[in-house]
Amino acid sequence: MSKIKPRGKVPKKAAIDEIIEIKTLIRHPMHSGRMKDKDGKNIPKRIINKFLVKFNGKQVFGMDLEPSISTNPYIAFPFKAKVSGTFDFEWTDDNGEKYTMSRKMDVS
Amino acid sequence: MKQQKMKIISRRSILYLMGGIASSALFTQFAMAKPNLALQRIKEISKSKVEEVDLFLDVPEIAENGNQVKVSFDIDSPMTKDDFVRTVYLLADGNPAPNVAKFSFTTDMGACSATTRMRLSKTQNVYLLAEYNNGKFAMTKSKVKVTIGGCGG
Repeated sequence: MSKIKPRGKVPKKAAIDEIIEIKTLIRHPMHSGRMKDKDGKNIPKRIINKFLVKFNGKQVFGMDLEPSISTNPYIAFPFKAKVSGTFDFEWTDDNGEKYTMSRKMDVS
Repeated sequence: MKQQKMKIISRRSILYLMGGIASSALFTQFAMAKPNLALQRIKEISKSKVEEVDLFLDVPEIAENGNQVKVSFDIDSPMTKDDFVRTVYLLADGNPAPNVAKFSFTTDMGACSATTRMRLSKTQNVYLLAEYNNGKFAMTKSKVKVTIGGCGG
C-alpha cells in the first residue's frame, strides 16, 4: 500500500473579503469493508472518518466521511479571507491515526 | 392450452417455480427497501420537517465509473450570524449504506459550497439535505446513471 500523504492547495495571498477555494486530497485506500483482495478475502474496513479544518486555532470546517466516499478523498470548500493566518488540516483514520498539514495565507 | 401446460408441470418444475417466486419476492423486497433508507435517514435527521426545494447539487447525469463520481453543491446563503447553513448531509439510496458525508459549516466560510468524490454502486438518487441555523431543513435530489458500479465486491 502506498504511503498515506495529505496534500492541499491554499492561495498564498488573498484580498480582504475575498472568497477563496481550498482544495485538499489525501492518499488513502478508503477500504469500505466490502472489497475483496486477490485471494477473495474481505479487506477490513478502514477509512478516513473525519476531516477538520482550523484557522488560527478556531474550527471553520468539518466533514464526517462514510465508506461511500471514494479512494483518495478529495475535498474542496470555500473560505472568506479576513486576516492573515494559518490553516491546520486534520484527517482521522479508523485506526486512530491522525494526519496533519498546515498552510499559511497572507491577507492584505 | 391450459391442460397441456398442467401436464408438463412435474414435481421438479414446481420446485423451480417456487424457488423463482421466492427469489423474485426477495428481489422486489430488496428494491423496495433500498430507496427508503436514504429517505428514512432524511426523516430521522429533519424530524419530517423538510421542504423540497431547488438547491444546487451538481452530479453527472451519467457516471461511467461509479468509483469516482464528482459531487458538488452550492447553497445560496448569506452565511452571516443570523442566517447560515449549519450542516449539509449527502445521502444516496442505492448504496449499501445511505450516509455518504456530513459537512459542518461555519460563518467564517462566507459561502456554503463544497466538492468531493463519492462511490455509487448502481444507478440511483443522490440526496442533499441542508440544515439552517433556524432549524429549517431543505432537500433536493438528483438521479445518476451508473455504468460501472463502484462499491467493490
